[in-house]
Amino acid sequence: MEAQKAIAAKLLPGRDVTQPPAPVDAELWETVVVPADNRMTRERVALGKKLYFEKRLSKDGTVACATCHDVSRGFTDQRKTSEGIGGALGQRNSPTSMNAFLMETQFLDGRVPSLEEQAKLPIVNPMPNEQAAITAIKRDADYKDMFEAAYGSKPNYEDLARAIAAFERTLVFLDAPFDRFLAGHENAISAEAKQGWELFNGKARCMSCHEINPSNPLGIDNHFHNIGVSARTQNFENLAGRALDMLSEGGGMQTIDRLALETKFSELGRFLVSGDHSDIGAFKTSQIRNIGLTAPYMHDGSMKTLWDVMDHYNGGGETNPFLDGGIVPLELSESEIDAVVAFMFTLTDRRFADQNQTIMREQKQLAARKRPFRNTAMAEGKILPFEPEVMGTAQNLGQNPEE
Amino acid sequence: MKRRPIIKSVETKYYEQRDALFQGLQNLDRRSFMKVSMAAMTAALAKGVEFHYHNFLPVNVVNAAPKPSLGGNTGAAGEAQGQDFTFAYISDSHIYERELNGRFVRQLLRAVDDINSLDPQPDFVLYGGDIAQLGAPEELKLGAEILKSVKAPVKMMVGEHDWFLDLGERWMDLFGAPNYSFDHKGVHIVVLQSVHEEDFWTERGMTPEERMLTVAGLDNGIQSRFKVGAPQRAWLQKDLEKYSADTPIIVFSHSPLYHYYKPWNFWTEDAPEVQTLLHHFDSVAVIHGHTHQMLTNRIGNIHFHGMASTAWPWPYAPEGLPALTVQMNRADPFNASDGLGDGTVHVSPDGLVDKLYNLWNRNPVQVTSRYVNSNGRDAIPQQPNLKSY
Repeated sequence: MEAQKAIAAKLLPGRDVTQPPAPVDAELWETVVVPADNRMTRERVALGKKLYFEKRLSKDGTVACATCHDVSRGFTDQRKTSEGIGGALGQRNSPTSMNAFLMETQFLDGRVPSLEEQAKLPIVNPMPNEQAAITAIKRDADYKDMFEAAYGSKPNYEDLARAIAAFERTLVFLDAPFDRFLAGHENAISAEAKQGWELFNGKARCMSCHEINPSNPLGIDNHFHNIGVSARTQNFENLAGRALDMLSEGGGMQTIDRLALETKFSELGRFLVSGDHSDIGAFKTSQIRNIGLTAPYMHDGSMKTLWDVMDHYNGGGETNPFLDGGIVPLELSESEIDAVVAFMFTLTDRRFADQNQTIMREQKQLAARKRPFRNTAMAEGKILPFEPEVMGTAQNLGQNPEE
Repeated sequence: MKRRPIIKSVETKYYEQRDALFQGLQNLDRRSFMKVSMAAMTAALAKGVEFHYHNFLPVNVVNAAPKPSLGGNTGAAGEAQGQDFTFAYISDSHIYERELNGRFVRQLLRAVDDINSLDPQPDFVLYGGDIAQLGAPEELKLGAEILKSVKAPVKMMVGEHDWFLDLGERWMDLFGAPNYSFDHKGVHIVVLQSVHEEDFWTERGMTPEERMLTVAGLDNGIQSRFKVGAPQRAWLQKDLEKYSADTPIIVFSHSPLYHYYKPWNFWTEDAPEVQTLLHHFDSVAVIHGHTHQMLTNRIGNIHFHGMASTAWPWPYAPEGLPALTVQMNRADPFNASDGLGDGTVHVSPDGLVDKLYNLWNRNPVQVTSRYVNSNGRDAIPQQPNLKSY
């Protein structure tokens, strides 16, 4: 944690936190981003920062916010799925806390509307109750003073969540080469990345969900889409059926709770929150800011490189009955895929330029060895989505008339 | 210091809803739970379970009361009287050869995959017409090839896009006669060819391709309106003579068997005459394709249901929309599947139908006989869950 704190100090040099950060519109900041009951003050941010790295908030004193949103790893853990207390693996890949303040909802299924609400859940989850977290820190004289200075109160759960949220509102990483390019510096990004940007807006259809521009800098639509990642490993009907089987064995609330935490059940995604049939297997569009740093990708971290991500979309996602209809095969060539990836690596904040370069090299090497999601036949329409399921193994549908 | 009031957060509501879900589940059997899939909804409809799609809690058995069994002489179908059943439908796929446009082929494949994963399987699948876009032999052959993969028996109906290149020659080779009837579990089922036209091509010296292209457009001033035609009406009259008035009748017709909107040819010219032939039956349902919309109408004893297309959604006509229609709002232009889908129809022993639209990008919409029978007062269907684009 000490190392992380040092990095954080370097990344976030002293700035007047009561003022809107440079790339964010002041009006938006005042009216939408910062809630009326949690205005930004230096004391609140300082308290939140301390809490962000505070392991005592976890049940066994081993895990802090910064464990899964590691400052040295692009504010994620760069793991497939996150590890909680006692080394238990969670169900989902932890999204970065960078720029999270600009999102309409938090968590991959959007189940809470604010950073304040978000901050509470991971603490409640492993802890018996919120009081336990407060008990762990309330005798600490530092905290007593800091809560007093920040909120004029003794340590309490609501203010703890507010303070963490206030700190997260300082995690602004929106100064990438791409922004300089948009601002008119033609040479801020390579020719290949420029081609990628055009593809991003055109043939590759990325902007259907990841629209990115100065007023929507994260490249998200704040919607939820089934792109079929979960469907690769299971079908949703079975998932639902199995949940019911377990419930019918009895056990009441306990079984219910175990089920909700059960790995595969979480794959129903947004559906668990909205209850909408069309949300089955749907997850929130992820921000593409700093995407070079936040591998592995997708809600389950099943994709190691951005080439994998491109392969996934190029083949039209993973076929399943609830697949978002905007997902179609793209017919991107290998060089076009390279170009879109090159573009995505220009979205990393300049403060991480070196790390970005290193990761890009590593991903490129990995992709050269292994492209597990590449399906050129599907991407080029030689096989159509749903064709293998319907017609058995891929056939040349109507291409090879016998007569 | 002003404290944030303790409100019910999204999170709390989520947990409450989740708890309610699990509580609800415990009262259902496995099959009913499977309502997350279209298959399950169909199965559950058969049991009279009604769903509230928006919060996915099963709302208890509202229409589960068994329908009074029908007495009297039911003619040829009498033996099987009293059973209910389900059929599925796919309609208006408008496929081109895949080299020209793979999208419509893919969407037909998707519908076949949907129907094949229904559990239990439907008694049969009705294909509602317009499998081809321009009636080309390659299109029809490709369609037939895909439909071979449907597990349940497929009943075919012809649409104008299948017909006007060669006046049905190739279609009939592949699929047989365009009008026929059969009995199924106490219901008499009729399939019509309702896309006959006056000859507008000979005098103009049009090639078959020109004729096909003319008919394929949504509106044109050249073609006449669709007709069932006098010979087929005579056939229908004879076909129906064998059945007593209490025999449930289901009619499949490509164009809607009523006058909807003439400029777009959502219109069957001699529909009133056909309705006359059906009027003396106690229970009649007409299921049609062609309009690519959720569409519900009732004229006297006849319930009309339009099917969803797998190719594209048409907008609603500017006038004449039947009052019972639950409207799909404008489809998302960025989503090639929006406004599209397939579905299932549950047929009660009395021949009335509950129809489930399985919309690919939206929550399913169920239009029940109770809704139609009450002229829209009871069992009002859920509105589609997306805002208009």
